[in-house]
Amino acid sequence: MQHDEVIWQVIRHKHCSYMAKIETGIFCRNQYNVTGICNRSSCPLANSRYATIRDHDGVFYLYMKTIERAHMPNNLWERIKLPRNYEQALEMIDKHLLYWPKLLQHKVKQRLTKMTQMRIRMRKLALKTREVIVPMPRRQMKREQRREDKAEKAALLDKAIETELLTRLKTGIYNDIYNYPEPLFNKILDDGKEIVKEVEEEDEEVGVIEYVEGDDELEEEMEDMEDFSGFPSKESYLEDSDDEDEDDAEEQVVIHKKGRALKKSDDNGKSKKKSRVVVEVEQEDGGTRASLKSLKL
Amino acid sequence: MGFKRKKGDGDGEEMESDGRGKPSFNGGGQRHVILPSMIKNKDKRSKVYAKQKHEKKLEKQKKIRERDAAEKRALELGEEPPQKQIPKTIENTRESDETVCRPDDEELFADIDADEFNPVLRREVTPKILITTCRFNSTRGPAFISELLSVIPNSHYQKRGTYDLKKIVEYATKKDFTSLIVVHTNRREPDALLIIGLPNGPTAHFKLSNLVLRKDIKNHGNPTSHEPELVLNNFTTRLGNRVGRFFQSLFPPDPNFRGRRVVTFHNQRDFIFFRHHRYIFDIKEIKPSDKGKDGVAQERVKPRLQECGPRFTLKLVTLQHGTFDTKGGEFEWVHKPEMDTSRRRFFL
Repeated sequence: MQHDEVIWQVIRHKHCSYMAKIETGIFCRNQYNVTGICNRSSCPLANSRYATIRDHDGVFYLYMKTIERAHMPNNLWERIKLPRNYEQALEMIDKHLLYWPKLLQHKVKQRLTKMTQMRIRMRKLALKTREVIVPMPRRQMKREQRREDKAEKAALLDKAIETELLTRLKTGIYNDIYNYPEPLFNKILDDGKEIVKEVEEEDEEVGVIEYVEGDDELEEEMEDMEDFSGFPSKESYLEDSDDEDEDDAEEQVVIHKKGRALKKSDDNGKSKKKSRVVVEVEQEDGGTRASLKSLKL
Repeated sequence: MGFKRKKGDGDGEEMESDGRGKPSFNGGGQRHVILPSMIKNKDKRSKVYAKQKHEKKLEKQKKIRERDAAEKRALELGEEPPQKQIPKTIENTRESDETVCRPDDEELFADIDADEFNPVLRREVTPKILITTCRFNSTRGPAFISELLSVIPNSHYQKRGTYDLKKIVEYATKKDFTSLIVVHTNRREPDALLIIGLPNGPTAHFKLSNLVLRKDIKNHGNPTSHEPELVLNNFTTRLGNRVGRFFQSLFPPDPNFRGRRVVTFHNQRDFIFFRHHRYIFDIKEIKPSDKGKDGVAQERVKPRLQECGPRFTLKLVTLQHGTFDTKGGEFEWVHKPEMDTSRRRFFL
């Protein structure tokens, strides 16, 4: 026999495992509950005629139970699939819950509304890219940090950068800017050679401005380089560098002629030693610069 | 059971479970080495271990003494001293990787010709960078971004708003940007960098750590607006090559050497260290060492560096083909924790 009142008295005053009491109210965790609140009229256990809406994977079903099936628990709930369209679903609910108590009809329709709104929102969110919260295992973080510190110590960054700059200097891409006397310079760059005598010799000629013309041989050498676009005369170069006062406080020491044509003492003499392809590009100020970057890797 | 235990306890030397304890009677005359871990008795085990350690130490000292003596003898006789041994480092003993780029690799050159950075690196397109943040900004974020703006020429900053990242990518492609950098913040500190090449370039996700801003560096210099030189060190494998070219595509390909600015990406053990310096070449007089030459002043060219700009470390987390698409995109490389198990294996 189904005595709803008795069931309700027992559940409410003794113990119901679906009841969840929190500060804001008393809630029912039963999955078949229409409103979610623990109420005499909303309790699915204490009402032998009841209806809800539940959703499986985005499809809504209308569940109904009647007193005629109360003795058969495995056939208790009757399930009807609701159409995707909200209005049609409402009509279907009207049709099935036609002579049911008004309260239930109302609550079921409210639930349908809420659930369709939620479904729309969830679909929108799934399309967006959201930020995912990932756990950061502490041990791994520490390990990473330790490895990073050791890598930094092993890297010797300043030294690496300095050696890299020195090698670039040796290949001569900066030679337009740093006007050191060439033989002296070469010897300084090669480690550990004595250069005392040379220094004495060239002191006399320091500061003397000599103008030299451009060279054909240079053009030949650069023919097969990419992006080659003309080579201005050396004269304009030296004038440029003499006119510009650079920030560095170096003396303007001029490239000497040593009985050879100036072309030999140019940077390309050095760059030929290394088999690197030098890409030359013309800049706005008319000078050609060599860029090693594209091949360093 | 009792029998076994007795065997283990008493004579650890005579245990033959893995054959190591067996004295060998071959003509090789091997000495049998007892693993202390096979002995169950703690007292005995610790004694055996201490003895082995002591023996090893004595052997090592003997070797060192012999080596020193040999060197001294050779020097006295005027001959060459025997070659010094090279200490093993992690870089020396790195696990051999078959993806290391070789200089004669045709496939590598073909790949380079066909990859996404080619237009920028061939000077067909000048790089234009858009920098933005994640949705929530942080305390150090804006400072870091302003420094990034000064480091990378031709870069622009825009506030994030609540736009979806994919929409931002579309917007940037429409406005002809070549790369998009997203600075991600965690716990009020920038901690990740997402670099997206455009229009269809790869997406690299880096973890950012150890950020030091310019104002916190002692004796920092102020960068100019000349185009910087790039130094990319130690990008050896194919993946490393790709990442290196990615960094290269952020900067204009024609450095202005007069500006004397250098930006370095140095890869060491899969950590990419970023540094930004201004340099100058000095001719210095170096006092001679007492060893060889008569007191002659040697002059050397030495570059001097002044650090300017931020300093940080990057670690590659994922590299994805195509623009940002975590769900449908094809990942070229993903970091998994199981890759960290070997201390000698690096991927970049």
